[in-house]
Amino acid sequence: MTSASNTSRLVEIITTGDPARRDTDLAAVCGELDADGLLAECALLDDFRRDAENLYERVRALFFLYAIHRFHLPPKLPGGEVGRIPFGAYEHLLNRRFAEAIDGFLAAVKANGPGDALSSALASAYHELAFQTLADQVRRSVRTVRGNRWMFRMGHPADHPLRMRGEMLAAASDGCFPVLRERTPVRMDLSHSGWSDIFFLGMDFPEGARVVNVSVDLGVHGRDAETKPPVEAYLRVIDEPVIMLHSVDLKATARIDNLGEVFDFAKDYLGLLKAAVIAAGIVPPGIEGSGKRLERLLERLVGPGRGIELVSSVNDIPKGSRLAVSTNLLAALIGVLMRATGQTRSLTGPLEESERRLVLARAILGEWLGGSGGGWQDSGGVWPGIKLITGETAGEDDPEFGVSRGRLMPIHHVFDDDEIPSGARRALQDSLVLVHGGMAQNVGPVLEMVTEKYLLRSGREWEGRKEALALLDELIDALKRGDIRELGRATMRNFRGPIQTIIPWATNLFTETLIARAEEKFGDDFWGFWMLGGMSGGGMGFIFAPERKAEAQEAMQAIMLEAKQQLQHALPFAMDPVVYDFAINSDGTTADLHGDAAAVLPAGYHRMTAVGGGAELEQADAGQRESESLDSLLRANGFDRELHERIRDDLRSGRIGLAQNRLAATTVIEDVRPEDVLDLSSDEAAARQDLAGAGKIGAAALENGEVAVVSLAAGAGSRWTGGAGTCKALNPFAPLDGAYRTFIETHLAKSRRIGRRFGTPIPHVFTTSYLTTQPTRDFLASVDNYHYEGPLVVSPGRSVGLRMIPTERDLRFAWEEMPQQVLDEQQQKVRDSARSALIGWAKGAGEAADYTDNLPLQCLHPVGHFFEIPNLILNGTLRRLLEDRPQLRTLMLHNIDTLGADPDPVLLGCHRRSGHGLTYEVITRRLEDRGGGLARVDGRPRLVEGLAMPNEEAEFGLSYYNSMTTWIDIDRFLALCGLSRDRILAGDDEAIGAALRSLAERLPTYMTIKDVKKRWGHGQEDVFPVMQFEMLWGDLTLLPDAGAGFFVVPRLRGQQLKDPAQLDGWLRDGSADHVSSLCEWGRVSG
Amino acid sequence: MIAAMSFRKAVVTAASPAESHLPLQTLVDPEGVSRPALEILFDDLFAAGLESAAVVILPGTRDAYLRAAGPHADRLTLIEQTAPRGYGHAVWTARDYTGDDAFVLLVGDHLFLSRRETSCVGQLLAVAEKHDGCVSGVQPTHESQLRLYGTIGGRRVPASPSIIEVATMVEKPTPTLAEQELFISGLRAGNYYCFFGIHALTPAVMEKLDRGVAALAEGETLGLTATLAAIARSEKYLAVEIDGQRFNIGERYGLLRAQLSLALAGPHREEILTMLIEITANSRP
Repeated sequence: MTSASNTSRLVEIITTGDPARRDTDLAAVCGELDADGLLAECALLDDFRRDAENLYERVRALFFLYAIHRFHLPPKLPGGEVGRIPFGAYEHLLNRRFAEAIDGFLAAVKANGPGDALSSALASAYHELAFQTLADQVRRSVRTVRGNRWMFRMGHPADHPLRMRGEMLAAASDGCFPVLRERTPVRMDLSHSGWSDIFFLGMDFPEGARVVNVSVDLGVHGRDAETKPPVEAYLRVIDEPVIMLHSVDLKATARIDNLGEVFDFAKDYLGLLKAAVIAAGIVPPGIEGSGKRLERLLERLVGPGRGIELVSSVNDIPKGSRLAVSTNLLAALIGVLMRATGQTRSLTGPLEESERRLVLARAILGEWLGGSGGGWQDSGGVWPGIKLITGETAGEDDPEFGVSRGRLMPIHHVFDDDEIPSGARRALQDSLVLVHGGMAQNVGPVLEMVTEKYLLRSGREWEGRKEALALLDELIDALKRGDIRELGRATMRNFRGPIQTIIPWATNLFTETLIARAEEKFGDDFWGFWMLGGMSGGGMGFIFAPERKAEAQEAMQAIMLEAKQQLQHALPFAMDPVVYDFAINSDGTTADLHGDAAAVLPAGYHRMTAVGGGAELEQADAGQRESESLDSLLRANGFDRELHERIRDDLRSGRIGLAQNRLAATTVIEDVRPEDVLDLSSDEAAARQDLAGAGKIGAAALENGEVAVVSLAAGAGSRWTGGAGTCKALNPFAPLDGAYRTFIETHLAKSRRIGRRFGTPIPHVFTTSYLTTQPTRDFLASVDNYHYEGPLVVSPGRSVGLRMIPTERDLRFAWEEMPQQVLDEQQQKVRDSARSALIGWAKGAGEAADYTDNLPLQCLHPVGHFFEIPNLILNGTLRRLLEDRPQLRTLMLHNIDTLGADPDPVLLGCHRRSGHGLTYEVITRRLEDRGGGLARVDGRPRLVEGLAMPNEEAEFGLSYYNSMTTWIDIDRFLALCGLSRDRILAGDDEAIGAALRSLAERLPTYMTIKDVKKRWGHGQEDVFPVMQFEMLWGDLTLLPDAGAGFFVVPRLRGQQLKDPAQLDGWLRDGSADHVSSLCEWGRVSG
Repeated sequence: MIAAMSFRKAVVTAASPAESHLPLQTLVDPEGVSRPALEILFDDLFAAGLESAAVVILPGTRDAYLRAAGPHADRLTLIEQTAPRGYGHAVWTARDYTGDDAFVLLVGDHLFLSRRETSCVGQLLAVAEKHDGCVSGVQPTHESQLRLYGTIGGRRVPASPSIIEVATMVEKPTPTLAEQELFISGLRAGNYYCFFGIHALTPAVMEKLDRGVAALAEGETLGLTATLAAIARSEKYLAVEIDGQRFNIGERYGLLRAQLSLALAGPHREEILTMLIEITANSRP
C-alpha cells in the first residue's frame, strides 16, 4: 500500500500524451493506495479539475473523484466513521449548484474528517457535475453548428427570415393548399461499437466512434401487406393563423394560437412535433419568451391570416422498437418543414448530403429541446441504404476545436453497390427476423453507465470496447462478402462479448430465454442474435438460414409470446411481441408534393378530424367493462368502502394530506445516543460487544426450528419499473453465480443455506397482495418452489385501497414544497410543463375522486407494510405455521429488496438476549438513504418515516437509516395486539380481526402520492400521480409496549436495491459478491 | 501585374413591371431641389467618370424616362425589354450597347448615398479599375433581410480587409444556408455581405448571359446571380464593402427613408431634424 505524495498519479494519467498510460484503469491505481493516499489524490484531483481548461480532462478528473468516493475510499476508511451530510450543501446539490455542493461537502470533510456518508455525497455531486459539464458542452456544440445559430438570435417576428415556398402557397380550385409529404425509413444498427455513438464518447474518442446502420422500411408481419418507410410527416398551409398539430398514432391534436404553447412540450402528446417546429426554424428558439404574437410570426412566414398544419404518423410501429422511430420522426418533421421554407434546395425527392447533415444537426437540437437525447446515429433513416457512421476529429474551423478532440457531428459513408453488392443486401434480408419483444425500458441509465465506464477506463470494459471496434470490421467484412452466417456469428459474439462486458444489463432473462429457445428449435440454422440499439428486450434481430426464415418468423412469434406470458409479471412488458417484415431502403428520406390532400393524408388523420369519429364510443365501452372488473376486484380483496369515504372527506376538507403527514413543527428530533442502539455495523464495532453467547443462542434457536423468515412481496416496486405494475419479487434482477436470479430465489437461497447449516429447514413466508398473490403462486409452482426444503408459504393480502385523483394542494406540496432534484434546464422546463398539465388533469378529473381510468389492478393500492404481519395472522398463515412448528418463536421480517438480510444466528441471538419485542435493523446513512431514520423524538428513540419529518433538514441530523429488517418476538407481538398464541391456534377470526383493528387505530395514517403507468396505443405509456394512504411498520416503534430496540448492522446487510440504475454499482462495489456468499442455490426447474 | 480596367459605360435596369415607375419618382436632393430619382442616380454615375448609360425599360415608358433623366438625357440609351424574363435577361438586352466593354450595372429602383466624399459608384470603380475581373459592391446585411438580396461567401483580401475574394454567391439564401456557406469573418453575428446593387462587370458576363438566354425554355426566367456565381467559380471575382447606404425605394417606406437620408445629408439637416421631432411630439401614438 502506498500513502500520500505531492504529485498525483491520477492527474498524470489524465494529462499524459501517451495513449497507453492515458488508458490506465483507475481501479488498478486505487488498489495500490491506502485511505490517506486516496484522500491525497482526491485533493490533487479536485485542485486540477478546478483549473483544467480542457473539457475532457476536467470531466475525467470529476469521474475519477466520483469513483474514488463511491467505490475505492469507503472500504478503506477506518470503521465507525460515518460523518454527517451538511444540509446546506445537500440543498445546493438539489438545485444543481454542484460546485457549491462540493465545496460544502469538502468543508465538512475538513472539519470532521472523512466518512462514508460524506463520501456518498461527494460521489453524487462529482457524478452530477461531470454529466452536467458534458451536457453543457453538447448543448453549446448543438447551438454553434453552422445552420443552427441564427435561430437563437431571432427574437422578433419582424426579423423572421424564412418564407414559405411559392409551391406550398398555390391553392387549388377548392381553395386547399397542396400537401408536402416526407417519408423516412427507420434505422437498425448492426453494431454501435459499445454505444460509441453517445455524444460524450464520440466527442472524446472520435477514432472509436463507429457505427454501421441500415435504413429499413417496415411492416408488421401478418398485419401489413407490404413494407414501406414507416415514418411520415405531412405539411400544408391552412387559412387560419394557427399551427395545427396532429399525431395520427397518438390520436392527439393541438391547435396552437400563441407562441408560449409552442414551447410547452409536455402539455400534450405533441412535444415531438413542437420540437420539430422549433428546431426547423419555423418558430425559432430565440423567440421563446418574447411575448410576441404567433399570428404575426405566421404572417411573415405564410402570409396574413394563414397558418400551417403538421401531421405525423409512424404507422403504429410500437415504442421501444430500438429502431429510433422517434428520432427519425423528428428528422422527417424537421425535413418537411425545412423543405417548405426553402432551407433545402429541392422541395421534393431525396436530400443532398449537406442537407441531411443539417437535418441531423436540427434533430439533435430538437431532441435537446424536448429534453431527451439519443446517439448521433439515430437519425440514420435520413440517409439511404447501409452506412458507416464515424466520429470526426475537430479541426480548426470547428466550434469544438480546443474543447474536445471530436466534433459533435459525425460523418456518414454510404456503402455503394461495389462495396456491398445487391446480393449481399438481399442475403441479409433473407436471413434476418426482426422483432419487437414487447419490453419497453428506459435506456437512459445504460447510456450513463457506458459514459462513466468509458471515462474511468475500467479495465475489462476498455478491453471490451477495443474488441467491439475490431468486431465492427469483421461485421462489415462479412456483410461485404454476403456471408450472413459469419455476420450472425459476429453479432452474437458482439452481444455475448463486448456488449455484456461493458454493460451486463444489456441482456435480461427474457432475451436469454428467446435465444435459448431459438437455438433449441433451429440448431445450426440459427445463426446468431443481434441486439438493436441500447439494450435488448424490445427491438431485436435473430438470424437464420434463409431457407428457414419464413418458418422462423412464425416460430419466433410463438416463442416470444410464450416467454412473455411466463415473465409478464416479472418484467415490464408494454405490449405483445411482434415480428416485422422489413426491406433495406435505398433512398433515405424523400418528399413529394400532392395537390389532393384528401388522397394523401393518412386514414387515421381523417378519422381524427372527422366529427364524432367513433373513438369516444369505443372508449365508453371499454370504460364500462373495466368498471365492472374493478368492482369485483375490490369486493374480493377486502376493500373498506366506509374507510375510503372517510379518507376522501378528510382529504377534501384538508384534514389529511401530504402536509398533515408531518409531525408538529415543535417536535424535537435528535440523533440517537450510543446507548440507544447495539452497534454491529463493522468488525471493530462488533468486537466491542459480547457476541459469543449470542451466537450460541441463535444457533440453538435455528437448530430447534424456532425461526421463520417473512419476505414482503406485496409490492410492484414502483421505482424498479417506473410504476409498470409487475411483481418486483419475481423480477430476474441480475445474474448471480451464472444465472438470472429473482428476488424470491435469492431470499430462499439464503434461508436454504442457514437451514442446512443448522440442520433444520426454515419456514419462509412471502406476504403478497392483490397484485402479486396469484402471479407469485404461479411462478413458484412453475419453478417447483426452487426445490426449497422448508415450508414455503404465500400469504395473501387481506386489505386493499382504491387510488384517488390527487388534490391540487397535495400535488403542489409534493412538487413545490418538498425539496427535490432540479433537472437540467431543458428537462426541467419539460417537467414543469408536464406537472402543470397534470394539475390540470387532477382538477378536471375531480380532486379526491376515485382513480378508475386505468386497468383495474392499476387502480388499487396496497395499504402499507404495517398490514403484512396482521394479514398473516388474519389469513391463517401464522396459525398454520404454529400448528406445524409449535416451537416457533421468532420471525425475521424484511423487504424484498434487502438482499443482504438473512437469519443470521448472531443477530438472532442478540435479539433474543435483548428481550425486545421488535428489533429493527438500521444502517449508517448515505446520501441516497432518504425517507426518515432512527431518531430520538421528544426524548424517545423511535423510527420516523420521511413523510412524518417536520422538516427536511431534521433528517440530516440522523446517523441511521431504517433497513426495515425486523426480528419479531411472536408472543410479544401477539400480546401487543391483545392476542395470544392460544387464541391464534383457536382460530377466533372475529376476535383476531377486532384486536388487529384496534392496534391499527393506534398508528398514524399517511397520505402519499405514487406514480402509476397507464398503457395505451402501441407501447405508449403515461405516468399519472395518484393519491393513496398507507400505514407503516416502523411506526410500531412509537408504541412503548411494543418493546422496540435497534441494531446497527453492516451496510452490505441492510442496504436496499430500489432502482435498476443501482445495479451496476451494486455489482462493482462488492455487494453482489456478498449476497452470493450468503446463498445456496437450489436446482432450477422449468 | 494586374491589367487596368477602364469603365465608361453603365447599365441601369428598370424594366420590372412592378418597379418601372420608381426611378421616375421625384425626390428632394440634399441641396433642397426637387428632382427625379433617376436624375439623382445619374449625377453620381457621371460624376464618377462614366460617359454614358443604358436604361433597360418597360415598353411604353421611353418618354417618361427621357424626361426624368433631365440634363443627362443625351447620354442615355433606352432599351426596351419586351418580355419579363428575369433580371439576367434584362441585363442581357443591353449587350449590343456594352459590346466588348466592361460596364457598371445598377438597379434602377435603388438610390445610393455615400458616407464619404467619393460616391458609392466611385468606391466601386476605385477597386474595379485596378482589377482585371468583376467586382460587386456589397454591404453587411442582417440575416432577416437575406431573402431580399444576393449574398456572397469568400475570404477577405489580407492587405485590404474591405475587399473580399468571392468564392460563392447565392440569391436570397435562408440564414440556414448562409451560416453554412456564406460566413465571412469580421462581420457581426447574423450579418452577411449582400449585394449593394452596383456591380462592375466584364464582357464575359454578357457572354455567359448570352448562353443562358439561348438555353432558356418557354416560360423560364434568367437570374443574374447564378451567372455571376459561375464567373466567380471560373475567375477571380472581388467584392468591395461600400461605405454608404442603399435605399430600395420600392419597398414599404423605402421612398421615405431615401428622402430622409438625402435631406439629412445636406445643409438643411437641422431643419429636417427639428421637423422630425415636431412630428414625433405631435403624432398620435
